[in-house]
Amino acid sequence: MARARHPTEDPTWVKALVIGVVMVFLALVLILPLVAVFAEALRKGVPAAVEAVLHEDALAAVKLTLLTAAIAVPFNAIFGLCASWAVAKHDFPGKAFLITLIDLPFSVSPVVAGLIYVLVFGMQGWLGEWLLDNDLKVIFAVPGIVLATVFVTFPFVARELIPLMQEQGTSEEEAAISMGASGLYTFWRVTTPNVRWGLLYGVLLCNARAMGEFGAVSVVSGHIRGLTNTMPLHVEILYNEYDFVGAFAVAALLCLLAIVTLVLKTALEVAQPAVRRGGH
Amino acid sequence: MTADSLAAQRPAAARRPLFRRRSAIPGFGLTLGVTLSILSLVVLIPLSAVALKAAELSPSEFVAAAFSERALAAYRLTFGAALVAAIANGVFGVLTTWALVRYDFPGKTIINALVDLPFALPTAVAGIALATLYAPNGWVGQFLTPLGIKAAYNPIGVTIALIFIGLPFVVRTIEPVMRDLSADVEEASASLGAGRLQTIWRVILPALGPAWLTGFAMAFARGVGEYGSVIFIAGNMPYKSEIAPLLIIIQLEQFQYAQAASIAVVMLVVSFLMLFVINAIQAFSRRFV
Repeated sequence: MARARHPTEDPTWVKALVIGVVMVFLALVLILPLVAVFAEALRKGVPAAVEAVLHEDALAAVKLTLLTAAIAVPFNAIFGLCASWAVAKHDFPGKAFLITLIDLPFSVSPVVAGLIYVLVFGMQGWLGEWLLDNDLKVIFAVPGIVLATVFVTFPFVARELIPLMQEQGTSEEEAAISMGASGLYTFWRVTTPNVRWGLLYGVLLCNARAMGEFGAVSVVSGHIRGLTNTMPLHVEILYNEYDFVGAFAVAALLCLLAIVTLVLKTALEVAQPAVRRGGH
Repeated sequence: MTADSLAAQRPAAARRPLFRRRSAIPGFGLTLGVTLSILSLVVLIPLSAVALKAAELSPSEFVAAAFSERALAAYRLTFGAALVAAIANGVFGVLTTWALVRYDFPGKTIINALVDLPFALPTAVAGIALATLYAPNGWVGQFLTPLGIKAAYNPIGVTIALIFIGLPFVVRTIEPVMRDLSADVEEASASLGAGRLQTIWRVILPALGPAWLTGFAMAFARGVGEYGSVIFIAGNMPYKSEIAPLLIIIQLEQFQYAQAASIAVVMLVVSFLMLFVINAIQAFSRRFV
């Protein structure tokens, strides 16, 4: 005889129905797009896909994407550590407002993020003439791409670290300081080890966004092949030229990056459950 | 929250210094100074450029730029598609979270990780993949065409892209609340004679309410600003399938900077309203739920 079902457990047919509906939904929205990228990339075989990825312009795009992330991610990590130290370890009026301001870039459209730098550094912008006189280029050049990327990834590390540091409180730091440790020593030997997994988690998500950013970078890049094209922009150019194998081959590379990010993220969450704070 | 309640308990005299509590931990001035400087240089000052640029126009010029027929059509599409997508995510997001939290099934770990794909996958990649999938001859699109449904290059396509973008916001916001729902409450409800549906409707869903609204608002806000995943599948026909962020880019390409800034101001105002709503919901739920 079957064991009586616990009152808070759903009947099997309900479970099957819910799981079925969820699977169909996720297949249509998440799984099939992922599969489609690899299928389209390999449509003309592996050599064609490899050739597209090894093309001179594609490699230049890979390099620029890596360079952009290599500047934007450490910058935002340092900012995040700095901001969370100020916010989480001290009390001051207007703290909640400051946190809201740090979060602001999340609610700004990427296109607007690009636009604001055009308005500041572009030819018609505030600093346009000064930059021209000094032979400096920000918009339609690498500095603009880096700036736009810094903007869209700005809150990632900070919003990971602030709640974590708040939760840990200040007692360990106070103990270290009262025993004569310097502020910097305390930061390196007490605070940083306590938040390292959260820091890594934030850096991981920050990096994925930095390498994948499209809208903001698209506005400031000028789309100069081999010079100011990041990988996502290169995908767009190839796609619009109907070079689908090329576009999807570079896209597949970005998919691999996303998959690696998700695997590392999941591993981190399993090993260090405290890092998952939700709400990105 | 804990910091706030501690501050409330502390005697008034201890809070006397207006700007900072006496703290043993050094580095406050330095780190706050660096934080505020970077925040101003990277975020606040550049953002103010949009408002100042739009202010170069006279009020009637601003209205003509920000609320032209074409701009209004773009807002209708952008906000409409974001709303429909957020509702779809509100429904399927709850089901997905329910399955992930309550049931065991093969591949659950992978599905759980995949839910975050929209956070990790570059939006342009999502855009070309969805466009290929839902195009009339695509894997999914070919089954929709005989039904008379044109998904890609249509407002429906915009909505599909925004569902992709918004899903993890809903799931990851509800998930911790659903996990923390105490089994006691459900058991109490069942032992008092409530049917399963009644328990779900009267006990579980109300408890999820604030988190659900927050996730919904976050998905909506993200959808309104989204660009990369949408433009490939939208078709980008003026008045029909052109989203507001694209209109900003079109104005920029014609060197109409003030006009572009005007549309950006409208979008920023809406985003900030959404941010305010999200914060209000969270403050409310912390206090009363």
